[in-house]
Amino acid sequence: MTATHFGRMLLARFAMMPDPEDGSFWMPPQVSTVAHSVDWLFNFILAISVFFFVLIVAVMVIFVLKYRRREGQDAAPSPSHNMALEITWTVIPVVLVIVIFFFGFKGFLDMATPPANAYEVLVEGQKWNWSFTYPNGYVDENLHVPVDRPVRLVMSSSDVIHSLYVPAFRIKMDVVPGRYSKAWFEATEPGEYDLFCAEYCGTSHSDMLAHVIVHPPGEFEPWLEKASNFLETMSPVDAGRKLFQVRGCMQCHSMDGSAKTGPTLLGVFGRSENMADGSTITVDENYIRQSILEPNARVVAGFEPVMPTYQGRLKDAEIMAIIEYLKAPEGAPQEE
Amino acid sequence: MAEEISAPVGVANVDHAGSDDNYLNHGKGILSWLFTLDHKRIGVMYLVAILSSFFLGGVFAMLLRSELWTAGQTIMTADTYNKMFTLHGAVMIFLFIIPGIPATLGNFVLPLMLGAKDVALPRLNLASFWLWLTGASFAVVSIIVGAVDTGWTFYTPYSTTTGTAVISMTLGAFILGFSSIFTGLNFIVTIHKMRPEGMTWFRMPLFLWGIYSTAIIQVLATPVLGITLLLLVAERALGVGIFDPALGGDPVLYQHFFWFYSHPAVYIMILPAMAIMSELISTFSGKHIFGYRFIAWSSIAIALLSFLVWGHHMFTSGQSGLTNMIFSALTFSVAIPSAVKVFNWLATMYKGSIRLAAPMLYALSFLFLFAIGGLTGLFLGSLSTDIHLHDTYFVVAHFHYVMFGGTVIAFLGGIHYWWPKIFGRMYSERWAQLSALLIFVGFNLTFFTQFVMGSHGMPRRYYNYLEQFTPYHQASTVGSFILALGFLIMAGYLLHSLVRGEKAPANPWGAATLEWETTSPPAYYNFKHDMRAGDPYDLDALRFEPSLGGYVRRDPSSVLATTEGVE
Repeated sequence: MTATHFGRMLLARFAMMPDPEDGSFWMPPQVSTVAHSVDWLFNFILAISVFFFVLIVAVMVIFVLKYRRREGQDAAPSPSHNMALEITWTVIPVVLVIVIFFFGFKGFLDMATPPANAYEVLVEGQKWNWSFTYPNGYVDENLHVPVDRPVRLVMSSSDVIHSLYVPAFRIKMDVVPGRYSKAWFEATEPGEYDLFCAEYCGTSHSDMLAHVIVHPPGEFEPWLEKASNFLETMSPVDAGRKLFQVRGCMQCHSMDGSAKTGPTLLGVFGRSENMADGSTITVDENYIRQSILEPNARVVAGFEPVMPTYQGRLKDAEIMAIIEYLKAPEGAPQEE
Repeated sequence: MAEEISAPVGVANVDHAGSDDNYLNHGKGILSWLFTLDHKRIGVMYLVAILSSFFLGGVFAMLLRSELWTAGQTIMTADTYNKMFTLHGAVMIFLFIIPGIPATLGNFVLPLMLGAKDVALPRLNLASFWLWLTGASFAVVSIIVGAVDTGWTFYTPYSTTTGTAVISMTLGAFILGFSSIFTGLNFIVTIHKMRPEGMTWFRMPLFLWGIYSTAIIQVLATPVLGITLLLLVAERALGVGIFDPALGGDPVLYQHFFWFYSHPAVYIMILPAMAIMSELISTFSGKHIFGYRFIAWSSIAIALLSFLVWGHHMFTSGQSGLTNMIFSALTFSVAIPSAVKVFNWLATMYKGSIRLAAPMLYALSFLFLFAIGGLTGLFLGSLSTDIHLHDTYFVVAHFHYVMFGGTVIAFLGGIHYWWPKIFGRMYSERWAQLSALLIFVGFNLTFFTQFVMGSHGMPRRYYNYLEQFTPYHQASTVGSFILALGFLIMAGYLLHSLVRGEKAPANPWGAATLEWETTSPPAYYNFKHDMRAGDPYDLDALRFEPSLGGYVRRDPSSVLATTEGVE
């Protein structure tokens, strides 16, 4: 975006021109049932803040102009204390903050209490990807949900603290190892929205993104059924490619020859690798399988033993598909 | 001069003819500085050390803003960026802003305001400085052996599992904590025991009330940080399972411990700034401070309430809704004393005789910026809005408006206010005004844009970002360069003033507190005579003396102790 574009955008937003794509000057679009009340409170506090800010700065500027020191003129005598005035400007803020507190708490109760009939999705955060498990056991890297239906997220982390954040829904909740945290929302508009990790979690924290895909009425269930059958409907290579993308492999292993947190897997099958312990191995099916299930048993020289295990998280058929994908002669250059 | 000073012992406190002997040239050589017990020299050494830290933290900040010019890699890798923002935070917080005002201006001015020779415990004061150096060395060692990538908050279990130099950095912060405790303890004792004749608690300059309130927090809260960081080191080094769930610990417990110190710590940072503000506003409005007792009590109120609000950093941590409610309610209570102070400062300007000298420009800047910083706190204290804004750039902007727009701006105001007293030289007013303007403009451009991108959902501590945030990031980066230019100019004219600056009179601004009753720079022994304090804001007791270019007391004997002085 250029500077002029930015200027125009600022102008448009200051003028509060409706811009449904981008939301308001301050806020992203409202796509959940709670977003409206959050924004209402935001604007309420904003109005109070603008009022007091203008008051403070105006009084300051007027005093500076009016009482600016002039030659041979000292300060005029005026009281240095006025109990009534001081009590007044103590009590008024007290009342205002109580009101703000009340609305904030009320809004929070709605955000913290999911309806009983909510659709449940399990969320797992790990460095540096999200996985979303649906009731039938299918795992996806994006959060797909039906529109107009409450969705409850039960979240856990397999390593450090993450935080699931969807600005369009105005929800955020930390994902803490060793416990389950919960969040819920009800999306109001079909579409695709950003999902961020909001708690710093290391190297690729800022790439720990996903999308929330809100499906129009009647389209969520068919999508889930089709997506769930990918091991049957796709070739092992294609299924492997999908797993490679969905299950977080590509966050650390590139397919273009460049080293990331882990070695590139472009043409890895059959390659000779030097191990950190000094030995050399040739990559075969068994080494790939071991690297998935016991990733830090034999680490390639020059890399840290930081990969999480996939023991219990990938089925045998899925591991097989990934191996087939890595074996594929094209080295998987094909882009989705 | 019309009125000759007729002190009981026949010596004036202020030698208007100018004396060559002052604390700066009283002893020679580096050792006379490093092992001095003189609060003024310790204050100056702290000033050099702390401004060096500020420079270092500022360099990190500029590198961060440069990296964020484009999404993805601009000038550094993700790992380097993560270390940079950690170092920026750790250096600015632990080395610069926590010790900042108390250790530099507090050390220099506090005994002078009391008309005293020194702080109550000069050796403890020197020990505090040496501990600061030791702590800083640990931080530097950590930077050299690979730095830290945890963020300045050292959240577990990331900090117990990352491969970077966490132990040396946390030990550094641990040692710096003791430095802070020593300073606080010293000031508490000094204020209790060494007030001069006539200075009752409610005749103390408000600067001392602010420093006193700060010292209470330093002494009571810092040990908790010490314990927390030791536990963290124990967990990393020995595998004790306190915070890491893999070892049976609780990572959220760490956050409670950490914020139990670190929230009060932001008041360690802001209270001294408010303390400076009260002096600046009164002096440069040429008027008695308005609502003295409300300002004094509000400092104490902030100090005490600050211990009860730490949970507002954890509204999304998964702590119970009830806990969230209680902390949200308590958080709002802190807003009140801050608001009271702002209104009192404004009222002080009413019917004043306002001089727009550099320190006052910073005071006005403070009112503008701190108003924004304080008011945006309302969005974050309120539960439902905080859920959306937590851990976004909105918080980053709020924090910088309070800490930079508040504390740093007031610190700069204080430096410009007491600079003539500390070094005996005036600086160029014109350059000072230009620099203040650039800093004000640059600051707002840098950080106001961050409010807007934050409320749009830009998370903090992000190396990479989505396309839609590019214009905000670029505006912010441009602002940061304007800001840096302002600081470069400031460094230039302040250093220039040390060599070429006009000699400063004893009381260039017409303030009534006791530090202005001695020479600029003060003599080694501060005052020739025991002092007596009157109303610290009775500015009518002073008049301008054109031959000196400064102010003198209409009745100089009014500040001399009535009892025989200890000569």
